[in-house]
Order: sequence, then C-alpha cells, then structure tokens
Amino acid sequence: MTEKVIEFKNVNKWYGKFQVLKEINFHVNKSEKIIICGPSGSGKSTLIRCINGLEQHQEGNVFVQGTELDKTLKNIEKVRGEVGMVFQQFNLFPHLSILDNCALAPAWVKKIPKKKADEIAMEYLTKVKISEQAKKYPGQLSGGQQQRAAIARALCMQPKIMLFDEPTSALDAEMIKEVLEIMIDLARGGMTMVVVSHEMGFAKTVADKVIFMDEGKIIEMQKTKDFFERPQSDRTKLFLSQILR
Amino acid sequence: MNISDIKHWLKKNLFSNWYYSLISLFIFYLLLITLPPFLDWALIKATFIGNSKTDCQPGGACWVFIKVWFEKLIYGFYPEKEIWRVNLAFLILISTVTLAFFVKSKFKIYILFFLIFIFPLIGFTLINGGFGLERVETRVWGGLTLTFILTFFGIIVAFPLGVLLALGRRSELPIFRFFSILFIEFWRGIPLLTVIFAAAIMFPIFLPANSNVDKLLRVAIGISIFEATYVAEVVRGGLQSLPKGQYEAAKSLGMGYWKMNFLIILPQAIKTVIPGITNTFIALFKDTPLIILVGLLEILGMINLAKSNSYWLGLATEGYVFVAIIFFVFSFSLSKYTQSLEKKYNTEKQ
Repeated sequence: MTEKVIEFKNVNKWYGKFQVLKEINFHVNKSEKIIICGPSGSGKSTLIRCINGLEQHQEGNVFVQGTELDKTLKNIEKVRGEVGMVFQQFNLFPHLSILDNCALAPAWVKKIPKKKADEIAMEYLTKVKISEQAKKYPGQLSGGQQQRAAIARALCMQPKIMLFDEPTSALDAEMIKEVLEIMIDLARGGMTMVVVSHEMGFAKTVADKVIFMDEGKIIEMQKTKDFFERPQSDRTKLFLSQILR
Repeated sequence: MNISDIKHWLKKNLFSNWYYSLISLFIFYLLLITLPPFLDWALIKATFIGNSKTDCQPGGACWVFIKVWFEKLIYGFYPEKEIWRVNLAFLILISTVTLAFFVKSKFKIYILFFLIFIFPLIGFTLINGGFGLERVETRVWGGLTLTFILTFFGIIVAFPLGVLLALGRRSELPIFRFFSILFIEFWRGIPLLTVIFAAAIMFPIFLPANSNVDKLLRVAIGISIFEATYVAEVVRGGLQSLPKGQYEAAKSLGMGYWKMNFLIILPQAIKTVIPGITNTFIALFKDTPLIILVGLLEILGMINLAKSNSYWLGLATEGYVFVAIIFFVFSFSLSKYTQSLEKKYNTEKQ
C-alpha cells in the first residue's frame, strides 16, 4: 500500500512579478527516492524548499505527511521536525563542535536528555563514518566531511523524509563520491528522499523517479529507467545530451 | 639576552630603514621632553607622607591629598561604620569573577547566572540596606563605588535590552521593527547629558506627586537605555554578517524563532562584535562622571568636590591624574579580558 508523504497540487509561486513555480503537481510516496534536475534557475531549489517551508508558495496546496503547509506557518515546526534537509553549502554551525551540531536539535527541539542526544549524535556520526571527528569544529573538516556531518545532523532528528539541495555541487570530485556513498546507504535503508542533483549516476542507482524542470515548470516526470532511455520532450533530450557527455 | 640581541632587535624594530629611524628618533625626543619632568613631579619630588597640604613640598605632586581623601574617593559619603557592606559586595563580585577563570566551562553558565540574576539582589541589599541592615540613602552613595554600581547596572541592563532591540529591528513583524527603529533612533539621537538631566530633573514632573522613584535609579535606567541602543546597533551589525544559510539550517531542524536566535544566531553574531560591545561598555564606564550634572558624585565628582575644599585648593592635577589612572586601569583590564574572550571563541578560522 502506497502512502503519499509529499503532495503538490497546482502550486504557483512568484518572486515579485517573476513566476518561479508554475502549476507544480507531483507527489512522493513513502520510501520513494525522487531526483529533481534541470538547468540553473529552473526553480528546482525553490521547489524543494517549499517542502519544509523555507520558501512559501502563493497558490495551490502543499501537503507533507498529511499536514497542509499554509501561509500562517502554523504547522511548520511540526513538519520541519519530520523533514531533514541538507544544503549545498553544508550550513554547519561554526561555533559548535561536530557533536554539538548534531546533538543540539534533538536536545532542544525534541527535548531528549543531553546524554541521550549525544549518543544519538555519535550513532549517526558513526553511520556517516566521521565519528572520530566529533570533537572538532566544522572549520577543521574537509568539504566532504562537513557534508557528511550535515547529513548526520539532519538524521539525528530521525526524520521521515530527507531533502537534499544540490548536496555535492560545492565539492571536489573525490569528495562527491564519499557523500554519494552515504546517500546510497541511506536510500537502501528505506528513507524517503527528494534530491536536487545533477549526479545522473546516482540517479540511475537509487532513484525511483526523475523530475526534469525548466523555467519553473515540471517538463518531464518519469520512472528512472524510462527517463534515461525514453525521454519524451526535446528539452529533456537536449539537457541529457549535455549532462551525460 | 646579550648586547648583540638587543642591537638586532633595535635594528629590526626601530631602525630598519631611514624613515622608520626618523620616526623612532622623533618619538624618543617626545618621550625625552615629557617623561622625565612628569616622573620628577609624580615620583621624585612628590610628597607621600603627611596629613595636610602644608606637608607637601612645592614643585612635586602632593599625593597626601589623595591619601587623605582616599576613603571619600572610593566610598563617597557612605557611613563609615557601614563601609564593610560595600567591601563585602565587591569582594563577592571580584571573587565570583575570579572563580569564573578557574572553573570548567560547564559551570561558567551558573556563574554567569549568579552574576546577572542573583548578585545584583545581594549587592543591592548590602549597599542599600534591608533585611536587618540599616538603610543607606542613595544620595550618600558616591565615589568609585558609585562608578562601579552604575557601570555594572548599565551593562546587565543595556546588554540584554540591546540584544532584544537588535532582534526587534530585524523582526519580520512590522510592528516590532517599527517600534525598535523608533526607539533606537530616538535614544541614539539625543545627547547623554540630556538623558541624565531629563531623568533626574524633568521626569519627576510627569510622575504623580506622591510617587518616589529614586533619582539614582532614574539616572541609571536612563544611561542603560541610552547605551542599550548602541549595543543594539553593534549587535545588528553582527546579525547582518551571518549568512542566510545559518538561519535556514536552524529552521530546517525545527527550531523556532527564540531557539534559532539564542542557540545559533546570537552566539555567532555576538562573538563577531565583541570588540564593538567592549567599546560600548568602556564608553559607558567613562561616561558615568556625567552624573555630576545632577549632583551625583562618583569618583571624578568627588575629586571635584575635594579640590574645591578650602584646605586643599590647587591640587586639581593630582586629582585628575589619579582618576585618569583609575579609569585607565579598569578600561584596559576590560579590554584585555575581552581580547582573551575573542581568542578563546575563535573557532572558525583554523
């Protein structure tokens, strides 16, 4: 039985007069992995940020875990507690050690006792293979290590959905691999994931569906295999030919 | 260190090229014409022993003046037999601050809590009276004690108020933003002298006739609000220097407004503006003598009083030099202390 955990219905969004999202309709089932790709400025980051309310849509409905996100932001903290996010620029808290980065939100938001929160943090840091860096500060780590710490930080809240906004775009080639490995592990563990990424190899490995966006619209949404083998629109074909060289 | 080391140091630091040499020589010349006469006056020809102006040698500093007036300079007109209470209050303050240097960071939070919430009550009760202690009117408070009381009060009120105003000014809710801007711009736009004058003289006119808010308290609140607006602008600078990603990361972890600000944003913002905040606090400390205008005599006020005493006329220089030294020592210590804080919390740039 499939359960829709994210649903967008006729979502529109403008920045001033510029329309960034046009009639967005899609849904994500539990445990599904969705990759969103498209040229820069196509609205894919805006789309993913509408899922946890970092951006607000102006028209249409967004449901996350059955809760509607509306303009009042009434339910936003509840939703954010269940949706983890990983950013392109990591956004670790530079004034806190890696361990505290991870344990802070469980302790203060979920009110887990500090000692237990530290244990949870260590557990996930071990999972992303940087437990030995726990006492260091973000500035002392490599980009790849920072991004893995950021993934651990999000996982510590034990989210039901994970959002990744171009998680590897700020990384060197060798570091991309170590981050993708962690994400593949996570995907195999059954996590629901929405990933904005141009890592087509990663998409082929884990994605259930691929969404291609351009100029604020969803141009194409297909099962991964079909997306790569039988893209429907010319725009997608062009994009794929550029990116898969 | 031997002669060649010294030669090397001199060459490297003072005479490395011709214009450095010129500047060095010029500074030596300035020191040569100012320092010896000053030392001659302040130490060599000075008088330290005695009880009245007549004991002092002409041509040198008369430190007897400071010695005789010392108690008044420190405690003002605080009753002599109650002075132990002031001493006890400061002893508690100094020992707590000293303790903070030696305990683990885990306990520092408790010390901070004590200093901000509990110590003011203890200190106030000790100095003001109550709970079996004899009441001492604020009008006899004075000297360095009053300087410290005002500075301490100013810091613990101005800092949190300033932080709240800074947050208010960046609030997404127009009403808070508008009120904060209005408040900050108003208080920042008027001279401190006006604030002190208004708090002491004009404000009571608007109060009901039988209400009796202490003059010192009114002035202290006035100064604190004034300085809070400066703190607010300094902190706002720190807030603006933080990347948007920090806010987004905090939000995405489910933190609400207050948790986000107190756990993530403010610790970083305040850390980056420690120099600016120190600056404001030193300014606050050095602005306290202005209260002389409304008849409250802190240490500089006491000097003013002492130098116009008919037995001690003509000793203004000694008085001002002494006060300058006192102010310098405390300002410099505060500056050094906050520099050590900056180094300690500098975790980003490794």
